[in-house]
Amino acid sequence: MFSAARRAVARPATAAIGRVTLNAYAHQRLLSALAILEQRQGQLSAGSLSAVTAAKAIGGTVHGFLAGASVKGAAEEAAKVDGIDKVITVDNAAYEKGLPENYAPLLVENIKKGGYTHVIAANSAFAKGVLPRVSALLDSQQISDVTSIQDDKTFVRPIYAGNAIATVESADAIKILTVRGTAFAAAAPGSGSAAIEEGADPKAEATSEWVSEDLAKSDRPDLATATKVVSGGRGLKSKEEFDKIMLPLADALGAAVGASRAAVDSGYADNSLQVGQTGKVVAPEMYLAVGISGAIQHLAGMKDSKVIAAINKDADAPIFQVADVGLVGDLFEKVPELTEKVKSS
Amino acid sequence: MSSLRILVPIKRVIDYAVKPRVNKAQTGVETAGVKHSMNPFDELSVEESVRIRGEERSPGGVEDICVVSAGPAKAQDVLRTAMAMGADRAIHVELAEGEELEPLAVAKLLAATAAREKSNLVVLGKQSIDDDAGQTGQMLAGLLGWPQATQASKVEFGADDSVTVTKEVDGGVETVRAKLPMVITTDLRLNVPRYASLPNIMKAKKKKLEKVKLGDLGIGNEVRLKILKVTEPPARQGGGKVEDVDGLVSKLKELGAL
Repeated sequence: MFSAARRAVARPATAAIGRVTLNAYAHQRLLSALAILEQRQGQLSAGSLSAVTAAKAIGGTVHGFLAGASVKGAAEEAAKVDGIDKVITVDNAAYEKGLPENYAPLLVENIKKGGYTHVIAANSAFAKGVLPRVSALLDSQQISDVTSIQDDKTFVRPIYAGNAIATVESADAIKILTVRGTAFAAAAPGSGSAAIEEGADPKAEATSEWVSEDLAKSDRPDLATATKVVSGGRGLKSKEEFDKIMLPLADALGAAVGASRAAVDSGYADNSLQVGQTGKVVAPEMYLAVGISGAIQHLAGMKDSKVIAAINKDADAPIFQVADVGLVGDLFEKVPELTEKVKSS
Repeated sequence: MSSLRILVPIKRVIDYAVKPRVNKAQTGVETAGVKHSMNPFDELSVEESVRIRGEERSPGGVEDICVVSAGPAKAQDVLRTAMAMGADRAIHVELAEGEELEPLAVAKLLAATAAREKSNLVVLGKQSIDDDAGQTGQMLAGLLGWPQATQASKVEFGADDSVTVTKEVDGGVETVRAKLPMVITTDLRLNVPRYASLPNIMKAKKKKLEKVKLGDLGIGNEVRLKILKVTEPPARQGGGKVEDVDGLVSKLKELGAL
């Protein structure tokens, strides 16, 4: 009798569990994400692998996408990344420079062909140019700079220069997102062996033409992914002083160099080094702000850093409200002293 | 060389210097009684358009500079400002107070406007500083099938309707060339916007400001993203100050940063 009762209770329960599992399984099978990967001259861009980490969070299959003049090497690298189920490649020099006019139709064709529910790219200059164009062609409202994925349709993103955090739910059939690199670590190359498959090439006409580029060359770590960043502001007073004060400190710490908008506008540092709402968003282990007051547009680009330190002669500068450690003093005196002490320790 | 008919979309946003506050209901940011102004990137678009004409940079000349904004009645303030800076006329797409358009809807509205105004160059800001989406220009170019140059720091005009644009990209700059019609989005380094002088502000009051409704352009406000909630970011507590460099070094070591 006891066992009969237990059976009677147990049976519906088992059936219910079975149903849930089946639903979850069916649901999961429907989800498939395409992670847009970037490459340059056959070299996979590590930063773009944050798209893979985000794609994994969706919970379905993950395909990587690569296009360019010679993508074989990058594709083989991508195929090793854990979590990638397949790498779709299109080998055609027309896509090497990532011109949105032909790259967007290329993506659209492959998104349709693969029946993806999600298209995800790291929020780089390339993705910022191409993905909204893709979204418009697919009639989907893109979600930019996502910092957290709640479920397959709910995403979190900062608005108002990071002064507010919005949680949004997408009603679009194909969800297109760019993700903030500092919120989704790049997927590490592992021991995977994903299949590499050739994608569709619609051979759309490139209506723009790549003329040239001028990239700042530096042996220092890349700003967006560096574990330490030292950043200089208007307080540096000139390009000469900026280079004389900030570069030795960066080298002593093994840090990347950043700058505030004021420093960039005054010509002290290159625009590509700008940290903030309109520049790069960084979240290193340590961010040292030198001669930076801490305007909200600057804080938008660095306030998720693990440890923030500041050196400023103005004790009331807003930067001190977010800094874990602050030193009030003349940077021309304090920074060289700091550089020496870091070197000798 | 075609003469330019420039369309400049502009947005009224909370002033960049104001720290936005999330409302109590967590549905958005408090906008009532808060200073608003033209989105800073849009000021650059207006300035660039006016300079293209003033500096006679385009071989075919500039026939028309039309600014357009979708928003409540107060959006007319920024349209007047743009006309005081030198735009010829304005179109106000009237929305109800509090009604907002997503970038895709704005792009559709602009595509219809560009067709209506026979524009051959649309100059937009690279992002609005409220939603920070950075999508509208690229979406518009996609919808129109026009070439795009985003995050422009330099715009030059050549023969045969060619436009050469230097773009800010990760790690430096990139230069691309395309032919009109095209879409350009502005980066902060493009120019330094002028202040509208009082006589120009007075003159702007006499310039034409046309009012249209979304429906007139064959557009509806289709909302794709439901805002579930808006919250304040986690607050960061300042950790206090140290006396000297030694204090800084030891504190950084203590925090595990060195």
